[in-house]
Amino acid sequence: MIWSSFSDFIHMHGYAEYVWGSFGVTFLIFLIEQRNLNVQYKKMIKSEEI
Amino acid sequence: MPTKSSRAINWFAFAAPSRFYFLSKKCIPIFWFFALSLSIAGLVLGLLFAPTDATQGDSYRIIFIHVPAAWMSMVLYVAMAFWAIIGMIFNARLAYRLSNSIAPTGAIMTFVALWTGSLWGKPTWGTWWVWDARLTSELILLFLYIGYLSLHSAIEDERKANRASSLLAIIGIVNVPIIYFSVKWWNTLHQGASVTLIKTSMDSSMLLAMLIMTFAFWSYTFATVLTRVNHKTLNEESHTDWVNQELNKLRTGS
Amino acid sequence: MQSISATHIITSIIKRDIKLALRRGSDTSGVIFFFILVVSLFPLAIGSENKLLIQIAPGVIWVAALLSVMLSLNRLFNDDYQDGVLEQLVLSSCPLEFIVFAKTVAHWCYTGLILLLTSPILALQFNLSGQSIQVLFLALLIGTPTLSFIGSIGAALTVGLKSSGTLISLLILPLLIPVLILGTLAVDAAISDLPYSVYLYLLIAMGVLSSFFAPLASSHAIRIILD
Repeated sequence: MIWSSFSDFIHMHGYAEYVWGSFGVTFLIFLIEQRNLNVQYKKMIKSEEI
Repeated sequence: MPTKSSRAINWFAFAAPSRFYFLSKKCIPIFWFFALSLSIAGLVLGLLFAPTDATQGDSYRIIFIHVPAAWMSMVLYVAMAFWAIIGMIFNARLAYRLSNSIAPTGAIMTFVALWTGSLWGKPTWGTWWVWDARLTSELILLFLYIGYLSLHSAIEDERKANRASSLLAIIGIVNVPIIYFSVKWWNTLHQGASVTLIKTSMDSSMLLAMLIMTFAFWSYTFATVLTRVNHKTLNEESHTDWVNQELNKLRTGS
Repeated sequence: MQSISATHIITSIIKRDIKLALRRGSDTSGVIFFFILVVSLFPLAIGSENKLLIQIAPGVIWVAALLSVMLSLNRLFNDDYQDGVLEQLVLSSCPLEFIVFAKTVAHWCYTGLILLLTSPILALQFNLSGQSIQVLFLALLIGTPTLSFIGSIGAALTVGLKSSGTLISLLILPLLIPVLILGTLAVDAAISDLPYSVYLYLLIAMGVLSSFFAPLASSHAIRIILD
């Protein structure tokens, strides 16, 4: 492991906003995509009248 | 029932929505497993063990997301158009449905590529955006995806919407090379900045991490797209017996 | 029933569509005034010093032309659709592709052609020289039909949809970027006294290809929507 401490890791040698801004937004977007799929699924399951 | 000749694989067996549905249903958890495990492996390798770059510092780590996302954005558009063509040739509604299910994920990949590209560009080249050929083409690709999704949501009849947006996807894919080359030409003549990927010798851990993340993105895409196809199948084939049985199972089971 | 030649059908559809457009009047005049207005907005917004005007002129005029054509496209098939005429045209024995071709040519006559004729005046407002104005005119002459042809695909895909104007623009403008780039590069080259004919030849190629393939795509789209 190249980082000497956890705070070093978070700090990313000064590039923290860029790196975590990228990873964070990406993760968030994928999360939203899955949540949307889930919400639509629940809606569909509930709505069908047999 | 399709006839099985002794050696030929019956490709059309899974064109039946029911068979495809159950096959997908089995595969989706497998893809999720790979998506999560490969992401963890790739991120651990890329964020914790890959060395700091000599010229770019640690901002280069963004490429572990940016490059896979950019590749996916382009591959998915081609896949979308491919399934649209298959749908048109064979009049197969499952192919249309598959093409449709790819679109949202493709658009998201394009956005992620642009967003991460911008955040990578700022510390590396000084600006949030550069009007170079590749980035501008990626932006146009986002417009193509958005156009596709807008058209699909504007048409009410699901079948018509699928076929109309598939036609648009095919027109799009034919135009993409033309657009790319004209943008490239425009860029060289207006002497815009070009973002040259300085091929510094990449440490093998960096390459490996990027490769692992690429497979992780693939797996995520497969899991998501197949889930979407299955949801659409349940929705659009709700008049059939097997769907009703399946819906019952899903309602009582979970 | 006597056989009517395809050319006769095409010319009569062109005449009909132009007549209808002239009767509406507001359409064509709307397109011209929108074009002039948009072009005039840019100096107001950016500045009016001579060097700047000459630099932005090709881009501004071309973008305005694109937008003006986009806004006029929703009428191309929707009017006939609402009258039930479109269905009849689809069912007629004449291939739909010819009919679509004819309607698109007519569309160019009451939009692109008009913009083309207005362009020299606007170019003068931007202090372009005679040579540049000629090239601008040529480029628009070659390029505006392509705008109508590729635009017709957007119009066909959105038949029957309300407020299709913005949707058509969203779908079609990315596809028109090559025309935009080539058109502006041609005029830029003329302004800088550089060779410009390669751009015009490419625009011609695009025009020919789109005039052939766009009616195919548009007919396909109309059949999908009308089915």
